[in-house]
Amino acid sequence: MKTLRRLARDRALLAGVVIISLLVLAAIFATPLATFPSHVSSFDPSHRLAPPGGSFWLGTDRMGADIYSRLLFGARLTILISISATAIAVAIGVPLGLLAGYYDRWFSDALMRVSDVFLAVPQIVLAIAIAQTLGPAIQNVILALSATYWPFWARIVYAETRSLRNEVFIEAAVAMGASPLRVMVMHVLPSNASSIIVRTTIGMGGTILAAASLGFLGLGAPPPTPEWGRMIAESREFLPQAWWYATAPGIAILLVVMGFNLLGDGLRDAIDPRIRRGAGRG
Amino acid sequence: MRLIALALRRCLWMPPTLLGLTLIVFSVSHIIPADPARVLAGENAPIEQVEALRHRYGLDLPLPQQFLRYVSDVVHGSLGTSLYTQRPVIDDLLERLPATFELALYAIFLAILLGLPLGVVSALKRNSWLDHAVRLVTITGLAMAAFWLAILLQLLFSMEWNLTPVQGRIDGWGPDPITGFYTVDTLIRGDFPMFFSALRYLFLPMITLAIPATATIARFTRAGVLNVMNSNFVFYQAAMGLPRRVVIWKYILRSALIGTLTQIGLVFGNLLAGAVVVETVFSWPGLGTFAYNSILQSDYNAIMGFTLFTGSVFIGVNLLVDIAQAVLDPRGR
Repeated sequence: MKTLRRLARDRALLAGVVIISLLVLAAIFATPLATFPSHVSSFDPSHRLAPPGGSFWLGTDRMGADIYSRLLFGARLTILISISATAIAVAIGVPLGLLAGYYDRWFSDALMRVSDVFLAVPQIVLAIAIAQTLGPAIQNVILALSATYWPFWARIVYAETRSLRNEVFIEAAVAMGASPLRVMVMHVLPSNASSIIVRTTIGMGGTILAAASLGFLGLGAPPPTPEWGRMIAESREFLPQAWWYATAPGIAILLVVMGFNLLGDGLRDAIDPRIRRGAGRG
Repeated sequence: MRLIALALRRCLWMPPTLLGLTLIVFSVSHIIPADPARVLAGENAPIEQVEALRHRYGLDLPLPQQFLRYVSDVVHGSLGTSLYTQRPVIDDLLERLPATFELALYAIFLAILLGLPLGVVSALKRNSWLDHAVRLVTITGLAMAAFWLAILLQLLFSMEWNLTPVQGRIDGWGPDPITGFYTVDTLIRGDFPMFFSALRYLFLPMITLAIPATATIARFTRAGVLNVMNSNFVFYQAAMGLPRRVVIWKYILRSALIGTLTQIGLVFGNLLAGAVVVETVFSWPGLGTFAYNSILQSDYNAIMGFTLFTGSVFIGVNLLVDIAQAVLDPRGR
């Protein structure tokens, strides 16, 4: 309860929650909220590149499609990509980190060296290479992102598990005859949960940015998918006249990533008492 | 002694890490459905010509053998020939390296210049309006898509106000390379009009890369200063009656800045990553555009060369940072 009350008082965290809720609502109710729901796949060349105002709240694009409506459907895509990519990365990274951290065998070192390899180049470079190889499609973007981002979770869980291994409560569980699997899942994992949650929240923002970059470079979902990054790429031909074209999707990306970052920061502050705001001697 | 051991151990790990990296990128790039021999020979080339090219580049060998061949070439100092430019990949990379380094160095310099004081002030005046403003700016800077920021800047500075060029690196051909940094080369030759031209082209990509970097540095500096301010030894110094100014300058800042230093490696990695996207938007003739083009053209050797090269630079920078930190922080010795 105390934690909940503290969370509610944190305005930055609250802003994050509001932004993400709006994103989720936009994605769920895209069809009723959109002013031109059909504009996701069809278009209307007679209203090509119309400025914002009138019936087109945020203007139209090169095909005459309503940008506001496309943004709403793009929210679905953004959620789909970021949740699936992060979920796969967590599903790979967390068990690997647990195993490598709990046991001190050859594979512990091997895992760390493998993650070194993945972290030796900027994530986006590997993701671009993988996405290009597999071809432009949503599932390939998801695959490329999860394949490059899992080491972050493996690292965190590994480090935390290592430091927990010699704690008394773990020893107690082992002494009571709990199987290694049970110790890892029932005792070690819950103690890691807070850092996994924080990392995952911030990771969601990261994957959204990376997915948008892939879309921008033409490696994302093929047109006419309303992908935010691709919308910005399309707008470049029509600058500076169609200034609204790139503005709206860019702001959408900015807000959503900011929402996840605010939420992640807020959760970390709430969980880690050392950096709790206003609590220190400073 | 410990320093040398640390450096040695890290250097020993570098070859296996790079080998692993080569293996990953090799596997990824060789499942590309496109046939580079066909691409090279041209759409309508006779099949014999395609086969000849395939044989010439060893593309007809089994994959493990192709991999071993590549690794042995790398060990002998060759990154192979670019299928697209028909030049040694290492030459292409070295030719483009100065453009990216010039851009990255200016950006990181600007980021440190802005980010450090912002972070320090924000921590010292914690919870003031200034602190809130800095935190809002940093959180925005970290959430912005670099390519979008680049386009916004082009829209404002180049198209609306006509202050800077939209794309490119310099007017005309650029100076004959001495250092390869246009802003330095033009100054050495005393060619001031070209110097200002280089600066004008540099401005927008530099700002685009510097904004997220500034945000990262300001954030870590703020957290670092706060952390030190709450630590026991600062509490002790204050209890001993040392004036606050002395405590801040002599104890807090010194410790906090060492912490920020470790983040420079991370920031540098982000800059290299950002460069791939930002360089393509600004047509900046650096490693980023090179990597992007080679990936689009399925140019195996170029892709692997770039990845290995970036990987080595990245590992090297992190090693330097670790050594610098060990040297600067007496507690780590």
